Amino acid sequence: MNVIETSGLGKRYGGTWALRECTLAIPAGHVAALVGPNGAGKTTLLNLAVGLAAPTAGIVTVLGGKPAGSSAALDGIAFVAQDTPLYKNLSAADMVHLTRNLNRHFDQHYAETRMGELGIPLKRKAGRLSGGQQAQLALTVALARRPRLLVLDEPVAMLDPIARHDFMASVLTAAADDGMSVVLSSHVLAELERVADYLILLSRGRVQVAGDVDDLLTSHRMLTGPAAEAGRYAERPVVHARRAEAQAHLLVRATPDDPVPPGWEAHPVSLEELTLAYLREPGAAALPGPARGRDAQPSEVTK
Amino acid sequence: MTIDKEDSASAEGGRRPASPIEFRLDPGSGVPTYLQLVHQVEHALRLGYLKPGDQLPKVRDVVSSLAINPNTVLKAYRDLEIKGLAVGRPGQGTFIQATLRQVALPELTALSRSLSGWLTAADGAGLDEDGIVALFTSALRDFYERRSGPRTRGGAASGETEGVA
Repeated sequence: MNVIETSGLGKRYGGTWALRECTLAIPAGHVAALVGPNGAGKTTLLNLAVGLAAPTAGIVTVLGGKPAGSSAALDGIAFVAQDTPLYKNLSAADMVHLTRNLNRHFDQHYAETRMGELGIPLKRKAGRLSGGQQAQLALTVALARRPRLLVLDEPVAMLDPIARHDFMASVLTAAADDGMSVVLSSHVLAELERVADYLILLSRGRVQVAGDVDDLLTSHRMLTGPAAEAGRYAERPVVHARRAEAQAHLLVRATPDDPVPPGWEAHPVSLEELTLAYLREPGAAALPGPARGRDAQPSEVTK
Repeated sequence: MTIDKEDSASAEGGRRPASPIEFRLDPGSGVPTYLQLVHQVEHALRLGYLKPGDQLPKVRDVVSSLAINPNTVLKAYRDLEIKGLAVGRPGQGTFIQATLRQVALPELTALSRSLSGWLTAADGAGLDEDGIVALFTSALRDFYERRSGPRTRGGAASGETEGVA
């Protein structure tokens, strides 16, 4: 089952396409990270998937083919938006009460237990809780709906390191407990490798990379060797090249079993390295199916 | 990525650590997270922190303490099962099944002494510490490659290089 599936999806605001020709399928059972530069269309894609916006073109379905925004879809999805929105003048207890009354399914016991574990004072107004506590409160009311898919837009951007760690631990523990799928957008690349096992890279409103993280990591390598020979690999699927006078680093699509050219060294790449390489080369792509990276013409960055 | 129900239920019930070890992560090491967990179990086995019958940390506990993907922990435990070091018991968790081959102390002392001799020779030949490490690592890799053919994916992904001279 795919938790989010889109086909030719597009959204135009006025004369600007925030997202266009977006076709992807995010399988269930993953923590999927949506990555891309500012303005790439991440928030637009998430808003379309949770039914907060209507597409200008194309189709988006969730949880195995349910139209986004339909009541069947909404029952199974919880969404925490970018700034973890809460009614700042309501107490934490009232926030829980409100959410329970606005939803068909709500696990009151779970919500109360979690608030107790987190030590969130129930009588305090939401606006007066710490940033970390506000994020945890928003997450708690989302999780108490017992969603099959949790969608998070930049969940940790505003949090300090400890609050960030605790927030992600809560999300991942919930995923471990009942097999909930997670789709989150993030700028914090260094944390992705620990958290995400599926990656979608959006660039200029289009999907540039999509796939299982392990598959992506084993299908890319960093080749280091003499700069003079770097040109020899022009016909190979080079994603990104960095070149100094003597030495060149080429991030190529290759498996650990592929032969390494004489005089060159091959290193495994980290998810952060891989993501940065693609972000710097908007023309390159790694998508499921035929290796489209082979067609990409990388521009060389001279250092 | 659903974990056994009893597993999470018991983790909520008694909050005391059921396993003799706890994992940590080194984000700067470049070693994939699941391999770091595998290495730490192997290390604990060699040093005697873990012995057959001991329980490994519950998946849920590892996820919540390290904030890592549950599939990563499952992958590490599956790897340990394939190596024959651990066994999963449905509804209970993952347990140590075998121990790594350990060398008796007198033999260890003798090996250490001959290595010291070699180090003295390397130092005398003008190699510094980094040079010694590089030479040893490359000799070690050649040794195991000759013995068992090309390295598997796990080995290659652990941050080693496959330089060709």
